[in-house]
Amino acid sequence: MTQALADEILLDLIHAEIVAYANGSPSDGEEKKDTDYSKIELMGFSCGYRIIERSTKDGARFKDELDTMKFICTELWAAIYKKPIDNLRTNYQGTYLLQDNSFRFLNKMSNGSQYLESAGKYVVFTCGLLRGALSNLGINAIVSMEINTMPVVKFHIQVSQPQN
Amino acid sequence: MARQGNKLDSKKVNSEMFTLTYGALVSQLMKDYDNVEDVNKQLDRMGYNIGIRLIEDFLARTQSTRCQDFKETAEKIQLGFRIYLGISPNISNWSASGDEFSLIFETNPMLEFVELPDNCTNLKYCNVLTGVLRGACEMIQLDITSKFIQDQLKGDNVTELRVKFIKTIQDAIPAGED
Repeated sequence: MTQALADEILLDLIHAEIVAYANGSPSDGEEKKDTDYSKIELMGFSCGYRIIERSTKDGARFKDELDTMKFICTELWAAIYKKPIDNLRTNYQGTYLLQDNSFRFLNKMSNGSQYLESAGKYVVFTCGLLRGALSNLGINAIVSMEINTMPVVKFHIQVSQPQN
Repeated sequence: MARQGNKLDSKKVNSEMFTLTYGALVSQLMKDYDNVEDVNKQLDRMGYNIGIRLIEDFLARTQSTRCQDFKETAEKIQLGFRIYLGISPNISNWSASGDEFSLIFETNPMLEFVELPDNCTNLKYCNVLTGVLRGACEMIQLDITSKFIQDQLKGDNVTELRVKFIKTIQDAIPAGED
């Protein structure tokens, strides 16, 4: 009998509930609404904002933007999503492309293209998480995602240049 | 260049991640609903959905067999808390008829970063747990109910969850099918 802590499944389940909640559960007796992506994104944002603060408070200062990005792609990603980001690319002008070839919240789903449209709502939480994490480290960015084949997810990060 | 001193403890991040995600969810619910009772109800419903899935994982992981009595069930529930949250709530205050007991939590990772503002006095922050227990037990033909009667967030020394056995659910053939 295994006694090891098995709290990984809890995050999967609570995430599924968040998505279902923002999806407007039909059991409410209300009319079925469109998925409220911004709600999920906001929850991701607040998690990312807090988790990065707790994880980096004792660490050394990041050298630059790319260094920060690398930390998120390797350390943070590996801690939360069980594997580092597979590919990080940048044009050195504030645009980053992160590719995860087996995204945790999608890799238990069918690989077919049938539900490709609904896969997005399982990824927006992470978009928010990225935005929150970057925001707390002083980088304002717009994060969007792209899913072409399951379970591969590409995150586009566009860093907003500081005004004035 | 690899940076020194910025290695993350993946276990810790993961459990904090769960705590924070749950916190974000609760605060979102507080924003969405005017009535705190509705938030409690919604948390319970979400817990139910989690419970009916979690029991599968629990059974697979522990290879538990059928419980002989409700006392054994209580121990299994305690084991569940140990596996998934890393805490061992004490089982106590059995009722005379043996169908009701309390789980006493001295610590709870879910409460780690939580402080309730004044306008949340009726909020049962951990109400998701009542749903989880109800959902998980329903899947193994036990009809139970539970409620929080003490809460550390409200200034009590411990958090106490009272669990009550109602009945064993019999397999019933849906109407119209024989």
